[in-house]
Amino acid sequence: MPYRARFGRKMECVSLPPLSNFAICGGTHGNELTGVYILREMQKHNVEKVGSVSITTVLSNPRAVDACRRYTDRDLNRCFTDDLLSSPITESTPYELRRAQELNAHLGPKGSEEAVDLLCDMHNTTSNMGLCIIFNSADWLILHICKYLQSKITSMPVRALQMDLPLSEAFSVDSLGKHGFSFEIGPQPHGVLRADVFNTMKEAVDLTIEWLQQFNSGRTFEGGEVEAYTRWKTVHYPRDPTTDEITAAIHPQLQDNDFKLLQPGDPIFLSLSGETVKHEGDALYPVFVNECAYYEQKIAYHLTQKSTLTLPSINVKKD
Amino acid sequence: MSSYSSSARFDEARRVAIFGGTHGNEMSGVTLVNLWVKNGSEIQRKMVDTKPFITNPRAVEKCTRYVDTDLNRAFTPENLSALGEGDLPYEVQRAQEINRIFGPKGSPEAYDVIFDLHNTTSNMGCTLILESSKDYFNLQMMNYIKVTALRSYFCCVNIVLCDWFIAGLEVGPQPQGVLRSNIFEAMRVILKHALDFIELFNEGRTGVEFPTCTVEVFRVLERIDYPRDANGNIIAMVHPNLQDGDWEPLNPGDPMFLTFDGKTLHYQGSGTIYPTFINEAAYYEKQQAFVTTRRETLVASAIRKA
Repeated sequence: MPYRARFGRKMECVSLPPLSNFAICGGTHGNELTGVYILREMQKHNVEKVGSVSITTVLSNPRAVDACRRYTDRDLNRCFTDDLLSSPITESTPYELRRAQELNAHLGPKGSEEAVDLLCDMHNTTSNMGLCIIFNSADWLILHICKYLQSKITSMPVRALQMDLPLSEAFSVDSLGKHGFSFEIGPQPHGVLRADVFNTMKEAVDLTIEWLQQFNSGRTFEGGEVEAYTRWKTVHYPRDPTTDEITAAIHPQLQDNDFKLLQPGDPIFLSLSGETVKHEGDALYPVFVNECAYYEQKIAYHLTQKSTLTLPSINVKKD
Repeated sequence: MSSYSSSARFDEARRVAIFGGTHGNEMSGVTLVNLWVKNGSEIQRKMVDTKPFITNPRAVEKCTRYVDTDLNRAFTPENLSALGEGDLPYEVQRAQEINRIFGPKGSPEAYDVIFDLHNTTSNMGCTLILESSKDYFNLQMMNYIKVTALRSYFCCVNIVLCDWFIAGLEVGPQPQGVLRSNIFEAMRVILKHALDFIELFNEGRTGVEFPTCTVEVFRVLERIDYPRDANGNIIAMVHPNLQDGDWEPLNPGDPMFLTFDGKTLHYQGSGTIYPTFINEAAYYEKQQAFVTTRRETLVASAIRKA
């Protein structure tokens, strides 16, 4: 659903269909433990329906969870583009590609009327990002959920991060739902379960379900403004030109400073031999600073722009 | 006060090894050793042959703790004498190879000092692991490192005494697979002081010795596992009050674990202990949420070169 920020003009209330089914996924990366344990608890307590909302819990990548690894053959959370979802399955198809197509059949098909109304995927990051709600395109519903969570959660900062890809190119599991987003909470080492992170993720999931119930029962959620960060560019580690090995670490002044404005001249890398590399170009906001899983592609962090999005009031469409 | 004649004498430490990548995803050691293999000038000392060495290259390549079995538990007498070569688990083969090059342990051919570099996800800061309270050479070296690091860098170093840990250096907190600049530099500084100690010791000018000293250590008592259900699944997490509280006193009645539905489980021991290795990622499979320690003061006999 496209949006346009409108200034100085009250937007009309928008009515949307009810959201009766909600899928919650965890273990999309098998070593991001919070989601795995949240799912276990929900399944132990047979959480299937809360008021008007049917809930489906899905362990996305059981093999990776068993091995406590990010993935077995390839990253499951990059397997949901239209092309990959329609590629033929053969004997040699990697496990995660098959699994993506299974999940598409179960929770999708992506882009269709049968797809689950809302899909939330739970992740962790080694970066100091607090609670980040990551979505592809900024639809009113997801932005209202962001606004609701921001007003209720006090244990850590809550921020919205937008990817902005065309649906066909959207590659993550949450793109299967009619509406979809991920919760990304850090810092937490992969393979570790921190109680404070678990409690915040649980609160975020419970609040999302609470929001859905209130929405379905007719409450109007007042419009307003939400700040969102939009991915702008990717910054790679400095590398040795012959061996391609990384030659610097994130500078101590950038480490743990996700979402803190990076100005030209600010230090970004400290080389192994002690030289400082500085940021050049526009002042932007770094995210995913020193995320473990990104070393594979030699990605140090992403840079984002911040913008303020104006939301209309929304309520459920009555028949 | 000790007299010159009552110091413990040790041979010069001529050959020193620095191991990185014993666990392939503990990045400070991997990075330091790779750096020093390329350019070892920083680790050279007079009259010392220092060899940096990647112990588990396959695990390093895959950025995983181990390939078949934990290398840091593979140096058992059974493994070191096992036959079968290529059919043995990869890390057993490596243990045999490392023992050939740097050992055999206890023999005259063995390297004099080995530093095994590790990281931990626990908030342990810089920790040196000592296997025996009677190992005066290592105790003196650790004391030197501790005093120098505090004086020069305000960096606190803790010493853990445990005969079922493997000797080495642990620096944390750092997630597996991640290189944090501050952790990397701290490990580098520790090694610098360690090598300086060895050089000073080897110089052994007449009358120069490392005098007797007292050293505060934490003696390991026991492992505490997570509470589990009948199927072995974890049913509680390290409590937020305990999380990151390595080296802080844990008193009877203090919160220890938090169940998934919010109930607090309290420490039931008889006295105050000092927990460490709290929530180390690799220890979930080893059934260890943290270890308990008590504070102890050891006396290190004066040492000098033989």
